[in-house]
Amino acid sequence: MARRDYLLGKFGIALLTLLFVLLLDFILFRVLPGDPIRAVIGRNVRISAEVQESLRAQFGLDKPVFPDQFVDTLGQWAQGNLGVSWSQRKPVSEILISKLWNTLLLIGLGQLLSIVLGAILGLLAGWKRKTPFDVGALTFSLIAWATPTFWLGIILLVAGSTWFGLPTGGIVSPENVGKPLHTVIPDVARHLILPTLTFTILYLGEYMLIMRSSILEVLSEDYILTARAKGMSHFQVLTKHGLRNAMLPMVTIIALNLGFTVSGAIYIETVFSYDGLGNLVQTALVKQDYPLLQGAFLLLAVSVIIANMLADFLYTYLDPRVKAN
Amino acid sequence: MGEHWTLFLRNIQEFWRTFRQNKLGMVGGFLVLVATLTAIFAPALTSYDASEIIRDSNNRALTFAPPSVHGILGTDDAGHDVWSQLVYGARISLVVGFMAGFIAMFVGSALGIVAGYFGGKIDSLIMRITDVLLVIPDLPLMLVLVATIRQMELKISPLVVLIIVIGLLYWTSTARLIRSQVLTVKERQFVARARAIGAGHWHIIRKHILPQLMPLIVTNTVLILSTAILIESGLAFLGLGDPTRPSWGTMLNFAFDRSAISNGAWWFYLPPGIAILWVSLGCILLGNVLEEMLNPRLTAHHLEGEAGMIAIAEAESKG
Repeated sequence: MARRDYLLGKFGIALLTLLFVLLLDFILFRVLPGDPIRAVIGRNVRISAEVQESLRAQFGLDKPVFPDQFVDTLGQWAQGNLGVSWSQRKPVSEILISKLWNTLLLIGLGQLLSIVLGAILGLLAGWKRKTPFDVGALTFSLIAWATPTFWLGIILLVAGSTWFGLPTGGIVSPENVGKPLHTVIPDVARHLILPTLTFTILYLGEYMLIMRSSILEVLSEDYILTARAKGMSHFQVLTKHGLRNAMLPMVTIIALNLGFTVSGAIYIETVFSYDGLGNLVQTALVKQDYPLLQGAFLLLAVSVIIANMLADFLYTYLDPRVKAN
Repeated sequence: MGEHWTLFLRNIQEFWRTFRQNKLGMVGGFLVLVATLTAIFAPALTSYDASEIIRDSNNRALTFAPPSVHGILGTDDAGHDVWSQLVYGARISLVVGFMAGFIAMFVGSALGIVAGYFGGKIDSLIMRITDVLLVIPDLPLMLVLVATIRQMELKISPLVVLIIVIGLLYWTSTARLIRSQVLTVKERQFVARARAIGAGHWHIIRKHILPQLMPLIVTNTVLILSTAILIESGLAFLGLGDPTRPSWGTMLNFAFDRSAISNGAWWFYLPPGIAILWVSLGCILLGNVLEEMLNPRLTAHHLEGEAGMIAIAEAESKG
């Protein structure tokens, strides 16, 4: 019962957030100066007044803005119709889908590496508190926290290309496009090294800090003292009691971090001209391609909202206290 | 000046005495102080104007000149003095970051106090808003907002747009923190007594609750400042700064767009990043040290050897 209420609450928040994002995107689209018809057919297409009128009727723009047009727009979005990009003259949804997988690849790799490394290093740092290792780990994460993502990307780009001859941009070398997979995959991997490294360094620090403070919090609990008093070794206490309880905040943080992950992708893809959603957002911004920008925002926001909700559901399985409470 | 404020001032003196012992805190304070002084005294630190074009003896613009050829940090792609841009950029970066940070702190504290103190419907409304804002990915939201506001041709400076958007999006964590603190403070006896003798809400909040919250608000503001400065630099790097008044982020945007990297002009793309790192690290160190001083719970550690625990036990029995 309690768990169902908790999940219903979380589901309600997700729904509310979703509604807010949809409404915001709709309003932002409407407050742009100029005729919304232009947003759909592109700025520089010449059409006669009659055609414009019939288009207005066809798109429902002669109806009141709220709720009729809002509901119409929601229907369009639900069918995947996000308008036409001004700069590329292609449907926004088509462009978004073509970039989605590249971004997922980068985010997935970066998250995986930073979570695993961060959890291990944070655990060790918390356990061996106030040793040189802990101080080093702490210093590293503080500096990583304070470093602008894009600037670290620039530094790694310069260092990686000068000293290791790594590619500075893109996802595959032009000469390898359309080649068989055994040529393409190593090339893509080489292109992924620097963006993934940037990603890992930045988020590693954060996960490490959270794991460290989480394990410190757990280690100050009385049941740890009890376990020690029972004669368990430090290592046993750490793995049997410490780690399990310390992992819980990590799950929440990973979910909450999805938003930051998207920010990271925008900066890193921009610096490395990596052909993904982040780079697309930046290009749309520079070219003032609003349909594309708002479509990308919609896709990113909705994905993060859904992923967050899934993480909340997962959390209830991991933490029995949520069930009982 | 009520007695609570006198107490607050005495607390600050005591605080400074403890703070002075903390090396990391002093380093953080030093970093922030140097950056602030640089911003204030920018004109005294350079003999060039940030928009002045440096020319060689043939009157040609001196582009991408290394520090060995010109000035402290050489010149950029158009022949501007990089050091001058850096010190004047401190003004833009710090002003935008500080103003945005203060808006966030003010909105967050006010809403946190209202939510915690009054509870009920207003509390759930404010908490639902923070829930919603917490989940939406912040950077895409800010990009869409800033881009759309700019397109509306409202004749507002791009820097003001940045300040407002950052300030109005980053108050949620402050509001939650302040709210939870208010929930405990308002149960204290002195609040109940004040209410019993007929004190109004405004009086109780101002005289009894706010002074109790001050340490938390100060700590949180310092941490928010680092976020605001980092966010400003990121938005400026993506091209949303004011090109006529370049901040450090705008400088990096110029450096990246105008091939400073392929020209090997490290004096153009390294210093602004170091400056951002300098200030945000300063704020984080300062904020973390303040937080540590205010949260003694983190000092117990049951796997740290018996000597430590005896010390803790002794301290606890004394305290």
